[in-house]
Amino acid sequence: MLSLRLGLPTLFRTFANGGCVTLRNKHTLPDLPYDYNALEPVISAEIMQLHHQKHHQTYLNVLNETEMKLAEAKDKGDLVTEIALTPILKFNGGGHLNHSIFWQNLSPNGGGEPTGALAEQIKMDFGSFENFKTKMAATTVAIQGSGWGWLGYNKTTKSLNIAACGNQDPLEPTTGLVPLLGIDVWEHAYYLQYKNVRADYVKNIWKIVNWKDVSQRFEKVNSA
Amino acid sequence: MQLHHQKHHQTYLNVLNETEMKLAEAKDKGDLVTEIALTPILKFNGGGHLNHSIFWQNLSPNGGGEPTGALAEQIKMDFGSFENFKTKMAATTVAIQGSGWGWLGYNKTTKSLNIAACGNQDPLEPTTGLVPLLGIDVWEHAYYLQYKNVRADYVKNIWKIVNWKDVSQRFEKVNSA
Repeated sequence: MLSLRLGLPTLFRTFANGGCVTLRNKHTLPDLPYDYNALEPVISAEIMQLHHQKHHQTYLNVLNETEMKLAEAKDKGDLVTEIALTPILKFNGGGHLNHSIFWQNLSPNGGGEPTGALAEQIKMDFGSFENFKTKMAATTVAIQGSGWGWLGYNKTTKSLNIAACGNQDPLEPTTGLVPLLGIDVWEHAYYLQYKNVRADYVKNIWKIVNWKDVSQRFEKVNSA
Repeated sequence: MQLHHQKHHQTYLNVLNETEMKLAEAKDKGDLVTEIALTPILKFNGGGHLNHSIFWQNLSPNGGGEPTGALAEQIKMDFGSFENFKTKMAATTVAIQGSGWGWLGYNKTTKSLNIAACGNQDPLEPTTGLVPLLGIDVWEHAYYLQYKNVRADYVKNIWKIVNWKDVSQRFEKVNSA
């Protein structure tokens, strides 16, 4: 799994009350492997920039802050605060996990169909690539409110599953499935360009799916 | 406003009407499994219709300012001041994770005002028992084209168009009941 902690040297932060807490291994924003306009016309540069620099960055900022508060609460033996922080950790940590996968799942050179082991598994579990796409699109478009559609790997049955998660609930902690391909259907992921027509966004996104990345994730977990 | 009304609200309505029809059919056939399967779709789209129907009335080009009369008194009693109430409602509303609504609601048990947040299109009264007085829609479609990710600015500005006459009417109706 791609390490999201880029091993920064220890950072110090002073609090208003004069206390000092060590911030080790702060999570950082991964660079996109392409320019903001690279995924056009499927996803506009404006959406990509807002999505990366504002939405993902905010999840990161709050994640780092929350991990710090959690550590402090633990040190003080303040279990009530620790527990109160967990939904904030899940939401923002999930946001960071999900988007980090998403940027890699997409590519200006994407589209087409997978090959090799992943293609075989898709055929086995869904009958055909077309059937898989139809099913995943339907599940994803039908999500009520904000959430993500996923192609995931079921380690128990050693097969592929399609799943939907609400808000930023991360796939693996929530369902046990290993995330291979995610489709973000929060309105911020498409609204500026597609307005209310989520189905068109999901229909178009197949043109930029990076099957190389999805295959790598599959092969990594399938051989484990 | 146009997309919100003609596309989003209209879609909730279309699916609501279709779902109520399917529910009636399932009931006639004695198909309880289907009836139950339809309930989250009824809640989501029915909630969407209820919520947006209130929202359009809650806003006005002649809105803004402060409430007067009985509602103003109740706000002072339950929140200390109108400013405190706005601060609290804004904070609750902006903090909603994902899609949802911030509400000023009336608690019939305690006969007081409560602030609440509901996710998705969960309608206030069926979900919490509170009677809806004022709702703020913070689904991204409600503000993104204009405010982008800055939900806080949208919520800060919406006070300028709150129709306190409508909110007061809702309060007086339930407060005297």
